[in-house]
Amino acid sequence: MSELRQIAFYGKGGIGKSTTSQNTLAALVEMGQKILIVGCDPKADSTRLILNSKAQDTVLHLAAEMGSVEDLELEDVLKVGYQDIKCVESGGPEPGVGCAGRGVITSINFLEENGAYDDVDYVSYDVLGDVVCGGFAMPIRENKAQEIYIVMSGEMMALYAANNISKGILKYANSGGVRLGGLICNERQTDKELELAEAMAAKLGSKLIHFVPRDNIVQHAELRRQTVLQYAPDSAQADEYRQLAKKIHENSGKGVIPTPVTMDELEEMLMEFGIMQSEEERLAAIAASEAQAG
Amino acid sequence: MAKDHANGTDDYEALIEEVLEAYPAKAKKRRAKHLRVSEATDEAPDPTTGIASKCDTQKSNIKSIPGVMTVRGCAYAGSKGVVWGPVKDMVHISHGPVGCGHYSWSQRRNYYIGKTGVDSFVTMQFTTDFQEKDIVFGGDKKLGKTIDEINELFPLANGVTIQSECPIGLIGDDIEAVAREKKKEHGKTMVPVRCEGFRGVSQSLGHHIANDAVRDWVFEQEESEAVKAYEPGPYDVNVIGDYNIGGDAWASRILLEEMGLNVVGNWSGDATLAEIERAPKAKLNLIHCYRSMNYICRYMEEKHGIGWMEYNFFGPTQIAASLRAIAKNFDATIQENAEKVIAKYQPLVDEVIAKYKPRLEGKSVMLYVGGLRPRHVVTAYDDLGMVIAGTGYEFAHNDDYKRTGHYVKEGTLIYDDVTGYELEKFIEKIRPDLVGSGIKEKYPVQKMGIPFRQMHSWDYSGPYHGYDGFAIFARDMDLAINNPVWGMYDAPWDKPAIAAE
Repeated sequence: MSELRQIAFYGKGGIGKSTTSQNTLAALVEMGQKILIVGCDPKADSTRLILNSKAQDTVLHLAAEMGSVEDLELEDVLKVGYQDIKCVESGGPEPGVGCAGRGVITSINFLEENGAYDDVDYVSYDVLGDVVCGGFAMPIRENKAQEIYIVMSGEMMALYAANNISKGILKYANSGGVRLGGLICNERQTDKELELAEAMAAKLGSKLIHFVPRDNIVQHAELRRQTVLQYAPDSAQADEYRQLAKKIHENSGKGVIPTPVTMDELEEMLMEFGIMQSEEERLAAIAASEAQAG
Repeated sequence: MAKDHANGTDDYEALIEEVLEAYPAKAKKRRAKHLRVSEATDEAPDPTTGIASKCDTQKSNIKSIPGVMTVRGCAYAGSKGVVWGPVKDMVHISHGPVGCGHYSWSQRRNYYIGKTGVDSFVTMQFTTDFQEKDIVFGGDKKLGKTIDEINELFPLANGVTIQSECPIGLIGDDIEAVAREKKKEHGKTMVPVRCEGFRGVSQSLGHHIANDAVRDWVFEQEESEAVKAYEPGPYDVNVIGDYNIGGDAWASRILLEEMGLNVVGNWSGDATLAEIERAPKAKLNLIHCYRSMNYICRYMEEKHGIGWMEYNFFGPTQIAASLRAIAKNFDATIQENAEKVIAKYQPLVDEVIAKYKPRLEGKSVMLYVGGLRPRHVVTAYDDLGMVIAGTGYEFAHNDDYKRTGHYVKEGTLIYDDVTGYELEKFIEKIRPDLVGSGIKEKYPVQKMGIPFRQMHSWDYSGPYHGYDGFAIFARDMDLAINNPVWGMYDAPWDKPAIAAE
């Protein structure tokens, strides 16, 4: 067995992290890899496509029911899904109460201490939205994920998020071994999306690992609570995920310390691509539309 | 015990310079703003003390510098430990992990009358004892359950306060909603206090937050039966900011009652919830600890039109002046009574001074206490012929330093939020005859061969307020300073000790 690889998927909320990561991991299995998915989202939907079922017993809910996390056994929370992929959901409080960040820390510590990482080749963390607080940076920190893959698109907010996450990686890159593995662009069919994604990756000192084209088949598979690999293994989209899996597999140890840019630089880049207007252009546009209305 | 200090402004200025030398440049610059020697002023001297100096040129009430040792507390300490904790017929929950509650358990000597565990709860410790799951999933349910259990186990508790520890603010628990729900359910006063320790720079903000909680969760609620049944009288006063350390409030109350006033509430030493509730119906608020409770007095003044005045019951000079000043707010009878009270206790005062002044005269004192006593006790020492060499506050604001100018003479060393190092150096160089501060300072100072009294807790003694308190105060200072042990401090083969001088 090769050395354990720990990777994590981050990205703006709703960008398709869970979908992309589960499809990619399903493809990795075809390459003979043994995988554990750790869902770090209180919604506990990071393993739905692998388990073919919705929410399961999460670490935190079971721990709360039993009294404390020390009362919990690994078997209680470790579920096996498609192609023997192991799945754990951290879980967490309902929106608006408690501290989900602390929950992530608790769960990951529990999994490590109880040997959930034994006998797998890959551990993959799927982390909610942006890096909002210390808890959600847990997989980035020392001895956790070695490579972070940022799922993004050509949309402005997704780019902002990618930059922010890079800042989080940079913060821990020197104390721990975490690196930015690369960007995964989940196509949204925005203007000049591929070019923009590549430019963003270049700004961050990284690369665009893969451009995943938009295909409705992902939706169809999702409705069946399946990955595309399971739903339509012969489809072109399944091959895209296979390519992505292969690239990630071969990317071992090739991650970089990201070079996040300032807000100004980011906006400048967006202006270059014509996505964002400069202040002058913006005022001119407003004046023009007002003149028209008048 | 060789004393090598000389009095005089120049020495203290040089001493400050010398002490600051140990710091890196940035820390030195910042700490320099907190260390001063009181200056001359054009202001008229205080009518009681005859003193006027300028003490408000230094910085205060700002963040302590990381890396130094400060003895300041936190907002939780200010609310739970100072303002709310002594209210005896309410249960005060330390809401959060167990440590804050455990280590602040019974830290102040707030005396009270009552059956502990039946109708009084001051020396008991209640906590929601947060566990990991409470942090992750929120602790509101646990808080509600705790309140239910308290209500069942202690049916005579008249209410509950929720003293927030840090995590409550971090995880965003809605303790106000729990308080409202439980108030409805149990029909008792519930007071959520947002005194998370990370708020503010010292315990001072905790006092303010606790005062605001009185306003919002006691005053601005429906009138209780206690308030409805209460018939105001012309001589009703509240004593505000007396925490009854070692019985201080009791020693004060008898004087006010002897002069014909009706003390309807004492905040918050030995206090009941009812005393707090009906406070707005009194005629006058008498503030002892200005720093911790001026906020609610200003509010009562604004909302209920009740005047407030500061007074000082430390030492006979201040007591007499305060009694007269208080009486001025009432009719001639009360004013005559005040004179009678002063006259009545004069023989006691004379006796105490005759006995102790010869033993204490000329002895120098350095103080470092909280937010009131660094100035308030000064005149009590002065009554015994003792001299203040230096004084300082943990958490005072600028208005406290302004007031200090009425108590200490020009040329007194003034230190704000003094660091462990600075205070130790000052004491070492000045070598006063007595240091009055807290438990953390006590043993290092005594090991330096200098007598010490705890001026937060009265060193397990007290009361120090009022005439009775003054007698005890004088005795205690004598016990400390003239203890024969100081004559045995130096090894026999060293120079003979000067303590016996």
